[in-house]
Amino acid sequence: MRGLTDLTIADARAQLRAKKISSRELTQAHVDAMARCRELNAFITETPDRALSMADAADKALKGGDGGTLAGIPLAIKDLFCTEGVLTTAASHILDGFRPPYESTVSANLWKAGAVMLGKTNLDEFAMGSSNTTSYYGPVHNPWRKRGDNRPLVPGGSSGGSAVAVAARIAMGATGTDTGGSIRQPAAFCGLVGLKPTYGRCSRWGIVAFASSLDQAGPMTRTVRDAAIMLGAMAGHDPKDSTSVPRPVPDYEAALGQSIKGLRFGIPKEYRLDGMAPEIEKLWQQGITWLKAAGAEPVDISLPHTKHALPAYYIIAPAEASSNLARYDGVRFGLRVPGDSLDGMYENTRAKGFGAEVRRRVLIGTYVLSAGYYDAYYLKAQRVRSLIARDFTEAYRKCDVILTPTAPSAAFAIGEKADDPIAMYLNDVFTVTVNLAGLPGISVPAGLSADGLPLGLQLIGRAFDEETLFCVADVVEKAANFTAKPSLNG
Amino acid sequence: MLIDGKTGTWEIVIGLEVHAQVTSQAKLFSGADTAFGAEPNTQVSFVDAAFPGMLPVINRFCVEQAVRTGLGLGAQINLRSVFDRKNYFYADLPAGYQISQYTQPVVGKGTMAIDLPDGTSRDIGITRLHLEQDAGKSMHDQHPTRTYVDLNRSGVALMEIVSEPDLRSPDEAGAYLRKLRAILRYLGTCDGNMEEGSMRCDANVSVRKVGSKEFGTRCEIKNVNSVRFVMQAIEYEARRQVDLVEEGGTVVQETRLFDSGKGVTRSMRSKEHAHDYRYFPDPDLLPLVLEKLWVDGLKAALPELPDAKKDRFIAKYKLTPYDAGVLVAEKESAEYFEAVARDRKDPKLAANWVMSELFAVLNRKSVDITQSPVTAAALAGLLNLIENNTISGRIAKDVFAEMVDSGRDATAIVEEKGLKQVTDTGAIEKAVDAVIAANADKVEQIKGGKQQLIGWFVGQVMKGTGGKANPGMVNEILKKKLGI
Repeated sequence: MRGLTDLTIADARAQLRAKKISSRELTQAHVDAMARCRELNAFITETPDRALSMADAADKALKGGDGGTLAGIPLAIKDLFCTEGVLTTAASHILDGFRPPYESTVSANLWKAGAVMLGKTNLDEFAMGSSNTTSYYGPVHNPWRKRGDNRPLVPGGSSGGSAVAVAARIAMGATGTDTGGSIRQPAAFCGLVGLKPTYGRCSRWGIVAFASSLDQAGPMTRTVRDAAIMLGAMAGHDPKDSTSVPRPVPDYEAALGQSIKGLRFGIPKEYRLDGMAPEIEKLWQQGITWLKAAGAEPVDISLPHTKHALPAYYIIAPAEASSNLARYDGVRFGLRVPGDSLDGMYENTRAKGFGAEVRRRVLIGTYVLSAGYYDAYYLKAQRVRSLIARDFTEAYRKCDVILTPTAPSAAFAIGEKADDPIAMYLNDVFTVTVNLAGLPGISVPAGLSADGLPLGLQLIGRAFDEETLFCVADVVEKAANFTAKPSLNG
Repeated sequence: MLIDGKTGTWEIVIGLEVHAQVTSQAKLFSGADTAFGAEPNTQVSFVDAAFPGMLPVINRFCVEQAVRTGLGLGAQINLRSVFDRKNYFYADLPAGYQISQYTQPVVGKGTMAIDLPDGTSRDIGITRLHLEQDAGKSMHDQHPTRTYVDLNRSGVALMEIVSEPDLRSPDEAGAYLRKLRAILRYLGTCDGNMEEGSMRCDANVSVRKVGSKEFGTRCEIKNVNSVRFVMQAIEYEARRQVDLVEEGGTVVQETRLFDSGKGVTRSMRSKEHAHDYRYFPDPDLLPLVLEKLWVDGLKAALPELPDAKKDRFIAKYKLTPYDAGVLVAEKESAEYFEAVARDRKDPKLAANWVMSELFAVLNRKSVDITQSPVTAAALAGLLNLIENNTISGRIAKDVFAEMVDSGRDATAIVEEKGLKQVTDTGAIEKAVDAVIAANADKVEQIKGGKQQLIGWFVGQVMKGTGGKANPGMVNEILKKKLGI
């Protein structure tokens, strides 16, 4: 049933409602694909039985005409979302055996809308990484290959497993989380649409925290419409998350197909990096041409503090992480490595339970919050963060949306940047500003590199203006007509 | 209090940090219950146990309680305050951080008057009050090699109330704690129960030569759990510091524990690593912003507090400042007194009875006034019988004893036992005549000027009437008949 796994969510929804297919068939096709694609290592936990029983329930609901907006649609869940009774690892050894007795708000919202869970996807450990190579459960392989080169490539990260599940036609959509680019960069590397909503749009309750002031859940799909459908189900106010915003969720699908005539889109000059790959520059120009052709107006804008974004991010995110990860101490859940004292147990457990990248960030975070360094690092980074947010506020006086590349390069080989964390951190150069400012950003597949790898364009919107993002992303999607498929798929 | 040392006279400087558990059904950031004494780990939500993905949500009522406390202390209410994380590892601190308020507390500066034993009062500065979470409890005595953790207390709301270093003696420290406790209990924001740990005290103690403007190096005595122990700990610690300095030593800034068995303070085993709490604003919580109108509403609805009540008792019931102070120290005794004194011609009588007879009984039975065997209404009934001359004060004491034992009301006891006072002039005259006739020698003496014998005569007449004669009338009739 290969045809079924190629369907978009929107198409499958129509066929399910028209009773042309059942969720059972659709889900079985994806369960089979999941089994065929194990070499990609996209999943940490597969839940085929749960998927099929959820599919049956969805079929029943559809039959009664009361299926939700995602009734019967098989999805993959990043293994950072707590799922009741199902192993939740954050791709870390330290959460060994952790089966949460609760369901995250976002995944619960999806199940309420009738969606079906295929399993829990691999990621960088605690979402810390841009290549999905820091997982305790091993690296995820990008289903795309360079032309004439069969070396495995990274899928991007941290939501690498989710990206691969959707790109390889294992899942129709997947949840991701984005702290500095963790949805948008893997979406770009895998030829997908990936949206990081405005901070506060989706509840963080039940999502394993990395950096609380930056983390935001979002959808990863193969089309803009699918992303709009998924976000509609995921978003909403949650009284259990004090940072979730009490605003009604608009009908995001209604934003698609609207004219962008007269819309002003900003081109930030600071995003034109020295030594940027020519094909990235070319892609960007292509995006400008498409939007102009659709009647939008390009505007040169300046986001002057951009160059400080990455350093500020790599202070704030590790600072919050160092504190958020203190709860993994071997006392109440997950891994415990005994020691001859309480401190000994902490040291043994955390040394064994955390991988190198997590340890690095916990150390950085601990350092920047320490007495005597707090003002110079953390406080200064927070000031930079305010300035970055102000840059955007200023820019949005002149434009309605901002267009940039999503990442400075296409997917790279596994192990290529492993020795150089700074080179790895540079992957997020176009995406972190958006998290620091709490704005929504979407990556849309826009073309292929010379090597035949997908490249993405990023659109950044005003806070809570996901509708404009979907509307403009829809235009880019149509113009790009991205039909290429990865060489490996289910 | 000053300490006379070998090298001169020393002054003690004390600042107190009180952790007061907020009276509230639910914890500060979770909906879990807060009742004391539950089975271990039965009042723990996933938030309190810091499970992955759990988030704190502020309990509005706890904020209200903190603000009301601030208002009760006449302190500045900060309309914007911030919750910070205080990071440290311990087995009973599940998240690895305590949510507290560091640089921007909900309540700022205030003052509280303390009442001193000599009847004077003194204003003590309050530095701040902030909200924070309690930690759980580590139990090291349940197993030979393991420590057990009870998280029932984890996440319970505490108010940390910090005083200025304005206190100068153990007595003042005791007065401060008693007054603070009274205010908290009047407000209903903390039950003030030190044995159950709902009020705990850290004392910062230093000494300096009288006249010196500089503060000495202070030691912090942690977690003392009764007013008496706080006073003992301060006294010991101050003398220790004076002795140390006078013998050429220096006070080291450190945390000490009070050993109540031996009455000494001891240095806590020094940790290999000094704590660096790495405070930073909790990104899971937005700044706490209060509306002025809401605060004003809370202020308007505050109950009458001890100082105001004391002034009113002095003015309205003509009590001495000392009596008023004793009666308002506990909200319940003030209420009891007022229920007895209201609409009474002689409210002072009510004060005397509550403070002497009733308090003696409560003391003997070790119960507090809410469990008094004699209700305020019953005592009022007894006092009515005194005021309308049905019984004498002396008989009233016997009736009261009977009320305590049987729980019956005064009128019934007086009726049954026939204790009604004799106010019939004829009957009293008869009894007086009998006493005069039987004691001719004493009559001679008193007429001869030994006036003090009148007491003896009154006593004899009272004895003759079984104590029921009205003593005032007996006195009067005796004087008339003896011609004195």
